[in-house]
Amino acid sequence: MDHQGPSVLTALGLQALFDSLRHRGYRIVGPKVRDGAIVYDDLDGVADLPQGWTDEQAPGRYRLARRDDAALFGYAVGPHSWKAFLHPSVQRLWTARREGDAVTVTPEPTSAERFAFIGVRACELKAIEIQDRVFVGGAHIDPHYRARREGAFIVAVNCAEAAGTCFCVSMGSGPKVEAGYDLALTEITEGEHRFVVEAGSEAGRQVLAELQAHAAMDGDLDAAEAVVQRTAASMGRQMRSDDLRELLAANLEHPRWDDVADRCLTCGNCTMVCPTCFCTSVEDSSDLTGAESSRTRRWDSCFTMDFTHVPGGSVRASARSRYRQWMTHKLSSWVDQFGTSGCVGCGRCLTWCPVGIDITEEVRAIRESPSKQGAGT
Amino acid sequence: MAARRRKPRLGVWKFASCDGCQLTLLDCEDEFLAVAEALDIAYFPEATRAAVKGRYDLSLVEGSITTTHDAQRIQDIRRRSRALITIGACATSGGIQALRNFADVREYASIVYARPDYIHSLATSTPIADHVPVDFELRGCPINKRQLVEVISAFLAGRRPVTPAHSVCIECKLKGNVCVTVAHGTPCLGPVTHAGCGAICPSYDRGCYGCYGPMESPNAPALSAKLGELGMDQRDLTRIYRTFNAGSPAFRKESERNGP
Ligand code: SF4
Ligand code: SF4
Ligand code: SF4
Repeated sequence: MDHQGPSVLTALGLQALFDSLRHRGYRIVGPKVRDGAIVYDDLDGVADLPQGWTDEQAPGRYRLARRDDAALFGYAVGPHSWKAFLHPSVQRLWTARREGDAVTVTPEPTSAERFAFIGVRACELKAIEIQDRVFVGGAHIDPHYRARREGAFIVAVNCAEAAGTCFCVSMGSGPKVEAGYDLALTEITEGEHRFVVEAGSEAGRQVLAELQAHAAMDGDLDAAEAVVQRTAASMGRQMRSDDLRELLAANLEHPRWDDVADRCLTCGNCTMVCPTCFCTSVEDSSDLTGAESSRTRRWDSCFTMDFTHVPGGSVRASARSRYRQWMTHKLSSWVDQFGTSGCVGCGRCLTWCPVGIDITEEVRAIRESPSKQGAGT
Repeated sequence: MAARRRKPRLGVWKFASCDGCQLTLLDCEDEFLAVAEALDIAYFPEATRAAVKGRYDLSLVEGSITTTHDAQRIQDIRRRSRALITIGACATSGGIQALRNFADVREYASIVYARPDYIHSLATSTPIADHVPVDFELRGCPINKRQLVEVISAFLAGRRPVTPAHSVCIECKLKGNVCVTVAHGTPCLGPVTHAGCGAICPSYDRGCYGCYGPMESPNAPALSAKLGELGMDQRDLTRIYRTFNAGSPAFRKESERNGP
């Protein structure tokens, strides 16, 4: 293949893409059906993809369902996000050994793993971009994230199906992938089952050049465009987002925070599933002999008491203050801190909240009856 | 730690309990020798008969207080112990035997025993911390082996043990599990339950039973509303909070809110 523009691959061509990535030494990770959901896991080949499956999502509810076609990517995002691979839930930082009076500290080596992510959605690319800013965008670079991130090859997919909890259109983060991918696919199930492929990087162009792809025709491009349009028009949720920073900052004492506190379990699920949440806690351990010790970091959550523990107790002891911290950080103070919203509208926190607390609904309630007192503390 | 100090003396004490938590210590096959190396195991009836009187640097206490004799014995053990750590649901919340707290214990005894007048037991089963100051509580029914080793290691190093009090949900998510409540509609106590087990039940496709008792900030009424939607009636709700940690304030309150 020597043309530069969009190409077309068949399902067989997709397997060739898997083979090529594996041949290049990538560990291929992507969507797979497991335990009643579509999770991200190691894939052997195209046959592992959730062909003919979709998901039905609502706040606090997720169910797999059968499609009436053979689509390979006919579902939205599930309980996992790519942060599990780029920013693993548990990461050792160093180990130390004491021999006599000497102590040797060995930093944990960075990972040599090179991931190929298959089926990364537009909102997820935005989430990765946000985590890039956090981990490698400032003065303090996280070497573990950087190693995994730099080695990764990203095969994005334009969403053909929006879940009942999706609102990427409101957040300006989808459903069409814009940047940050090596290859981007649009799956077309009408007519011949095929994929329109675009390369977004030099690495992507090289891989694409090896595949049996032919140049996309106008009909292919129109069909691909129609897929994205249809998805954009079927978002399950909406949330006006242009004024969120000011709206929330002006409503820190709104009675809605008490209302949500009655329902919130402070279980932390929303932060665990959120693809942009990055907070960790650092835990030290030592063995029984006192000869070996190590430091590990693991995902933490602003919903735990330890998160703001200082001598004398937890700064944010009430559920009200913890939910408010989470939501105002995502939608308001994140902008001050990182220049963008911390929410990409993926809907995970709605779906995977056991009691179905819906961030778009909480915002709506505040918007519809703004506080009279204005900004509080 | 350059010069070899006297090994700290360990006592393992049993009150009303099933011995399961003490057995967790014996079950630490790989680590048990290291424990025996680091500590002088002075009293541990499950493992040795050599009962030693005197003072203990560390006492691990299993079981709840259900008799007047035990209520006195724990005072003696506290006096003899520099650090006292309670292990397991019995010691930390009264255990399954705290079901008696909801009923008339004399009535039970008259049904179960031929000579109920021989039974001298208190009307309630209560955690050790209701009787004496406790330095640290390790939760679980039974306790988790890894956490027990962590608590002992932390004691030896003079640091705070890493046994987070957040929800089981966080452990469940750290493992990458699919939530059984959200994806299958299975009732699960994970959101109100103290972490520590490593989310065993959700990892095997079952809901959490609350073996580790209430987490740090449980909102049981909100969870009960969800469990109701999933098909549990008030009787089910009363019972689900009334198991190994029935005596813990948050679970007792929620079980009583739903029924007698
Ligand atoms: S806040 Fe919720 S919808 Fe927004 S990115 Fe996080 S999980 Fe997705
Ligand atoms: S909003 Fe939902 S998921 Fe998040 S802490 Fe509250 S109950 Fe848990
Ligand atoms: S399965 Fe249970 S413990 Fe795991 S996240 Fe869901 S509610 Fe929490």
